[in-house]
Amino acid sequence: MTAWTYIGIFLAIALALPAAAIFISWLLGPKKPDPIKRSVYECGIETVGDTWVQFKAQYYIFGLVFLVFDVETVFLFPWAAAYNQLTLFMVLEAILFILILVAGLLYAWRKGALEWV
Amino acid sequence: MDFWTDPYLFLVNWLQELLVGWGVPAATSAFLLMLTGAFILAMGAMLFVLGLIWFERKIAGRFQDRFGPNRIGPWGIIQPLADMLKIFTKEHITPDGVDLVPYNLGPVLSVAAVLAVWAVLPFTLSLVGADLDVSVLYVVAIGGLGEIAVVLSGWGSNNKYALLAAFRSVAQLLSYEVPLVIALLVPVMLSGSLSLNDIVRGQTLPYVILAPVAAFVFFLTSIAEVGRSPFDLTEAESELVAGFNIEYSGLKFGMFYVADFLHAFTISLLFAVLFLGGWQGPYAVQYPMLGLLWFFLKAGVVYFIGVWMRVSFPRFRIDQMMAISWKLLTPLAIAAVILTALIAKLIPTDGILRTGSLLAANLLLAGCAMLALILNRKKKILKEFPLSAASGFSVKDVTGKTQRSAQ
Repeated sequence: MTAWTYIGIFLAIALALPAAAIFISWLLGPKKPDPIKRSVYECGIETVGDTWVQFKAQYYIFGLVFLVFDVETVFLFPWAAAYNQLTLFMVLEAILFILILVAGLLYAWRKGALEWV
Repeated sequence: MDFWTDPYLFLVNWLQELLVGWGVPAATSAFLLMLTGAFILAMGAMLFVLGLIWFERKIAGRFQDRFGPNRIGPWGIIQPLADMLKIFTKEHITPDGVDLVPYNLGPVLSVAAVLAVWAVLPFTLSLVGADLDVSVLYVVAIGGLGEIAVVLSGWGSNNKYALLAAFRSVAQLLSYEVPLVIALLVPVMLSGSLSLNDIVRGQTLPYVILAPVAAFVFFLTSIAEVGRSPFDLTEAESELVAGFNIEYSGLKFGMFYVADFLHAFTISLLFAVLFLGGWQGPYAVQYPMLGLLWFFLKAGVVYFIGVWMRVSFPRFRIDQMMAISWKLLTPLAIAAVILTALIAKLIPTDGILRTGSLLAANLLLAGCAMLALILNRKKKILKEFPLSAASGFSVKDVTGKTQRSAQ
C-alpha cells in the first residue's frame, strides 16, 4: 500500500463525486425539452454558420513560448530539489541555463511575439 | 499513543487494530481505511464549499455596503444549503448540436482537477492524504487538468461565445502557469524537497519573509489561474456573456461554481503551505490537531485577501493581462529564482545574515520592478499623448496627479 494507491483511490473518488451529484440531480430534475429551449444561445438571434470557426494564430505563438518555459521548469525542478547538495559552480551552471532561456524570452519579446494584436 | 495528543493517528490505529482483530487481512484493512479516508476528505472538501460560498457572499456584501445573504438562518448561514437544494432539482438543458462526451466531461473534470489537489495537502504533521515525495509536481500536473476541462466544455458546447472564452482562458491559464511554476521553484530550493510536508517542516521561518517576491508572484498568478477578478476574462459578462459555461444549466453549471470556489480556497491552502508555514504554529508539533487550526486560519487570511481583490479591482484588458504575465511576472519570477539561488548558496548557514540578505535582495528586486513600471508608464503616456511633451506640460498632468503651476 503505497501513497500512490491512495492517489489512485482519491482520483477515482474525485471523479465519481461530481459525476454522482450530476446524476442524482438529473434524476430529480424535470425533463421537458422543447426546440426553443434547446436552441443555441446567441443574443436572441439565430446562430449563423458553423460554431467551430478558425481562430487567431496568436494563440499558437503563446502556446509555443509556454512550451519552452514549461520544459525548462521540468529541467529545473530536480536541480531545485537537490539544491542543498549542490556546489556554487553547479548553481552558476543552472543560472547560465536559465539565462539562455531568458535570452529566448527577450528575442520573442523584441520580435513582438508577446504583443496581443 | 494518547487520544488527546493526536486523535487522528489514534483513530486510524484503533480502526486498523479493530479490522485486523475481526480477521480482515492487513493489506485489505489498510485499503479500506484509505478508501474511507479519501471519501471523507473529498466529501468534506465538497461540503466545505457551502461554507465558502456563504463566507464570500457575506464578505463581498460588506465590501459593497450591503448585507449579503441574511434571510435563511442566523446571518443567512443556511442560504447556500437552500441554493444547493434548488439547483439539485433544476432541469438539465442540453442544447442542440453539443458534442456530448466533452460537454458532460467538462464539469466533472473541472471539480475533480481541484479536488485532487487535496490528496497531497499536509493538513497537520500526521494528517496527510498521501505524503508523496513529488507532491509539488503532482499539484502542477493536476492543475493542468483544469485547463483541459475548460477546453472540453468550451469546445463541446456548440456555442461561439463558449469557444472564444475557452481559447481565451487557455491562453490566460497557460501564460500564468509559467511564472507560477517558476515561483514554485523558490520554496523547493529553500527546503531542498519536492514534498509539501517537508516544505512545511523546513519553515521555522515562513518563506514569505525569505522570498517575498516569489510569494507575490505566486499569489497573483494563482488568482489568475482561478480566473477571478481582476483576471476574470474567461467570464467577461460584457463581451462573452458568461464564458465557457454559458450553455450549462442546473447542477452542471453548479459544478463549475463549486470548482471555482474550491479552487480559490485550495490555492489559498497551497499558498499557506508554500509560503506561510502550513500547519506550523505554537504547539503544532505536540498537538498536531492544533496545526489544522493554524493552517486553515492562514489560508483563510489569504482567501480573504483574494476576495478583497475580487471586489475592489476592475477587470484587465486581454493585452494587459498577457503583458502582466509575460513582461512583468515571468522576468520577476526568474530574477527571484536567480537571486535566491545565488544568495542562499553564498551564505549557506541559517541565521540573521542569510535572512537579512535574502530579504534585502528581494526588496531591491521589487523596487527595481516598480521603477521599471513607472518609467514604462511615462514612456507609454508620451507615446499616446505626444502633445503633452511638446506643449511643455509635465507628464503627470495627463495622469491627473499633480498640476504644474501656470506662469
